[in-house]
Amino acid sequence: MTDKHLSSQFDAELSGISTRVLEMGGLVEAQVAQAIYALTNFSGETASQVLAQEERVNQMEIEVDRDLSTIIARRQPTARDLRLLTAISKTIANLERAGDEAARIARTVQRLVNAGVSSRMRLPVADVSVEADLALASLRKALDAFARLDVDSALEVIKDDNRIDREFEGMMRKLITYMMEDPRTISASIDLVFVAKAIERVGDHAKNLAEQIIYIVKGTDVRHNPIAAIEQMVR
Amino acid sequence: MTSTITLPPKPPALKAESKALDFYYGSFKALKAVSMPVYEHSVTALIGPSGCGKSTYLRCFNRMHDLYPGNRYDGSIELYPDQVNLLHSSVDPIEVRMRVSMVFQKPNPFPKSIFENVAYGLRVRGEKSRSFLEEKVESALKAAALWDEVRDRLDEVAVNLSGGQQQRLCIARSLATDPEILLFDEPTSALDPIATGSIEELIGEIKGKVTILIVTHNMQQAARVSDYTAYMYLGELIEYGPTGDIFMKPKRKETEDYITGRFG
Repeated sequence: MTDKHLSSQFDAELSGISTRVLEMGGLVEAQVAQAIYALTNFSGETASQVLAQEERVNQMEIEVDRDLSTIIARRQPTARDLRLLTAISKTIANLERAGDEAARIARTVQRLVNAGVSSRMRLPVADVSVEADLALASLRKALDAFARLDVDSALEVIKDDNRIDREFEGMMRKLITYMMEDPRTISASIDLVFVAKAIERVGDHAKNLAEQIIYIVKGTDVRHNPIAAIEQMVR
Repeated sequence: MTSTITLPPKPPALKAESKALDFYYGSFKALKAVSMPVYEHSVTALIGPSGCGKSTYLRCFNRMHDLYPGNRYDGSIELYPDQVNLLHSSVDPIEVRMRVSMVFQKPNPFPKSIFENVAYGLRVRGEKSRSFLEEKVESALKAAALWDEVRDRLDEVAVNLSGGQQQRLCIARSLATDPEILLFDEPTSALDPIATGSIEELIGEIKGKVTILIVTHNMQQAARVSDYTAYMYLGELIEYGPTGDIFMKPKRKETEDYITGRFG
């Protein structure tokens, strides 16, 4: 939001709340990255750190929500200001859920480590990290796009979600093969299925965030549309 | 899937339409080619900063400007369904004001009884039947949501009513002559929030009977009461559209800057 309101206090409130969203996004991004690190390195310690962060993310969601209500009550925002605030309301819910997915992964890692699973079992954790890298890149790009209100980047995030979905499906097939070939890996493989699903969900949240960015800038609600239709709507 | 707008399911019929309307205060051009529809049984709000021409535009509709020398109209305001040009010199401004009535910023009851205030327009028109007048006064006061408060004191002087009641009385006075269009020029700017709320509620109720044009400085009021909103600036119509669109997703940057408080 480059141009200013008559009320500089209102400007400060809007930029303040946007900054908090980005802060929260950065925290969640780090949480997801750490969760993946914990998984690929079977590090129970890193997993604990991820879980410790969850409390902070939850708290930020509550604080941003409270600030949103205050701004709406006091400023009666309209047009793009109102779109920004409703989009932020949805965005923080998505970020909080992405954080939940990171916590889910962390808890799985703890369970695997406690069960004595290690890199010696040669589970396809490297393949999980391919999917995770894509999802993390999407989340990062969505947050960047939010900071710059960049519709083109947001569109890329939406497009990239298909790649993450395909990666998830490939991962499923691979894990099924592992389980069929060596039934001793079944328990750990099922855990990895849930991890892969959690990563896929992080990608979905990034996509939701991207859709909100388009709503802020263009005023067009592109949710629940195929990518071709979205590109049409945004043009 | 574009943004949802609060349009009535079927676009209502045109009640009036200004076409390339220019207006001059002497040599000063206060309105510049304003073309805009006014839909029947809907509320159209005119917003914009002071001096943008919104009150000037409103006053063209009942030929108020005729009262001062040197004022000049160009273009037309057609009233439907008969498509008569309100501004044409052959049209009697008194006749126009019977069809297009105005409620002002400050309530202006006449120094008469409540009854006579409401009956005034009908008496001017030559109506003498007491029973007809009583019937009309009652229905106008009911339509203006004032009947229950004044039914037992119709003979008391109107200036003793509260500000909000006086404004509703003025609305009743306007409604008594069955106008087709009711013009509101900042009808609540002199009222407290409760009285404002009752006037806004009333506007929603009477739009079933009359077509309403309202000038307001309070943008939230425009957002609350109107079906269509027009944003004016420096005598020009910048943007017109369904109110939901104007306040959620205006097309013009000037409109967005104004309604979001970036104007300056």
